[in-house]
Amino acid sequence: MISVRNINKTFGKQQVLYDVGADFQSGRVNLIIGQSGQGKSVLAKCMVGLHEVDSGQILFDGRDFTSMEKSDRAEIRQEIGMLFQGSALFDSMTVEENVKFPLSMFTKMTKKEMQDRVDFCLERVNLQGRNALYPSECSGGMQKRVGIARAIAMNPKYLFCDEPNSGLDPKTAIVIDSLIKDITYEYGITTIVITHDMNSVMEIGDHVIFIHQGKKWWEGDRHSIITTDNPEIEAFVFASEFMKKIRSSLKERIK
Amino acid sequence: MLMDELQFIGINSIPIVALMSTFMGAVISLQTASNMDSPLLPAYTVGYITQSSIILEFSPTIISLILAGKVGSNIASEIGTMRITEQIDALEIMGVNSINHLMLPKILASILYFPVLIVFSMFLGMFGGFLALVISDLQTTETYILGLRSWFDPYNIFYALTKTVAFGFIIVSISSFYGYYVKGGSLDVGKASTKAVVVSSVVILIANFIITKLMLL
Ligand SMILES: Nc1ncnc2c1ncn2[C@@H]1O[C@H](COP(=O)(O)OP(=O)(O)O)[C@@H](O)[C@H]1O
Ligand SMILES: [Mg+2]
Repeated sequence: MISVRNINKTFGKQQVLYDVGADFQSGRVNLIIGQSGQGKSVLAKCMVGLHEVDSGQILFDGRDFTSMEKSDRAEIRQEIGMLFQGSALFDSMTVEENVKFPLSMFTKMTKKEMQDRVDFCLERVNLQGRNALYPSECSGGMQKRVGIARAIAMNPKYLFCDEPNSGLDPKTAIVIDSLIKDITYEYGITTIVITHDMNSVMEIGDHVIFIHQGKKWWEGDRHSIITTDNPEIEAFVFASEFMKKIRSSLKERIK
Repeated sequence: MLMDELQFIGINSIPIVALMSTFMGAVISLQTASNMDSPLLPAYTVGYITQSSIILEFSPTIISLILAGKVGSNIASEIGTMRITEQIDALEIMGVNSINHLMLPKILASILYFPVLIVFSMFLGMFGGFLALVISDLQTTETYILGLRSWFDPYNIFYALTKTVAFGFIIVSISSFYGYYVKGGSLDVGKASTKAVVVSSVVILIANFIITKLMLL
């Protein structure tokens, strides 16, 4: 479990996060949703230590990440996998080398063990046999899957995904979403997914946190998101006229 | 990693260095020859002046400035692209010290390879001078070579290579710095790499002045 307590974060004069607090359970897919520019990525980057928080605590299964020495942090970081918005694959390396990279940096595996682990991870994301491709030769969906394979290579306890299906067509987006969900349940990972895609919310959102203007505005599960009367949530989820119509018919039915 | 960097920093720069050095050596010797009509000066002075301008200044400094343009902009845009596509964040998240990981192989490669390139440039420069003088019948091979060998001081080579190593370090570290701290998009990567070239060139000129003052006077 990851617990976030009273996080504040400013860049220069601009305050981006205000007193954000939340718990992210293990073995579940936790979503952080909200409009663009509201601080979702900043929150995730604070949690993994890519940004330093101004105040507040981040606890990884009780271990306080914020007050840790650098060397202890490195230990926790090796328990974290992250899938970046643009995949962030190393473009000078092949698919296989990308997945192998963390293994060769941080484990004492033999060549054979590494190869087995790489093949296992690539197979898990349905990319067996694509070892020799370069990222530039992969489609967007494939890049995300390589990103997932790299993120799970070290058997992470915590998995962060920043907009995993942005820029993908709806069908590929569902493939990525269900992959994230399956991996989370299979390995009991604490997964945090940033998204503004309502499909993902309904498909995989075990626990949902809505960030608005840098604050935790709302928290609940995917079902209560439809019935809530919180006006900002409504404005976010049911932005289009079409969705508004769906909403009223859904509300009828739930009643 | 190191081999990739050697390839990138060194091998790919050979053609431009070869071309520049041969032609500049030729021009230096021709210009010297055309300014040397005084009967008081022996003919081999041309070879001597060509040799010393190439070793002291042309190869270490001018070639380094060229390399600042080529290698510096490459490094800045490579690292800058890694920054804006979050590849550097990906390294950090794994617990890799991204600055060391990205810079050390490049610095090592430049320290190893820049001197090799510069020595290569010196030879080609003097060879260019030879071609220009002997082929256009201004001097005999013997006179030119005698000039190259007169008052030859190994300390000058030491001075030139010291400069070279310093310039290599300047190019790699400044360009990496500008790439590493890029913010924004690909347009900003372009700006950063231009800035990296300009700043490394200016710093090379200043460092050249300081090192010369310390080592030659
Ligand atoms: N490294 C940074 N430096 C300064 N401001 C930043 C930085 N990263 C994000 N911001 C600002 O923080 C705010 C929230 O950004 P972000 O978390 O990326 O939004 P999103 O919710 O779309 O992920 C934005 O106003 C953005 O300009
Ligand atoms: Mg974002």
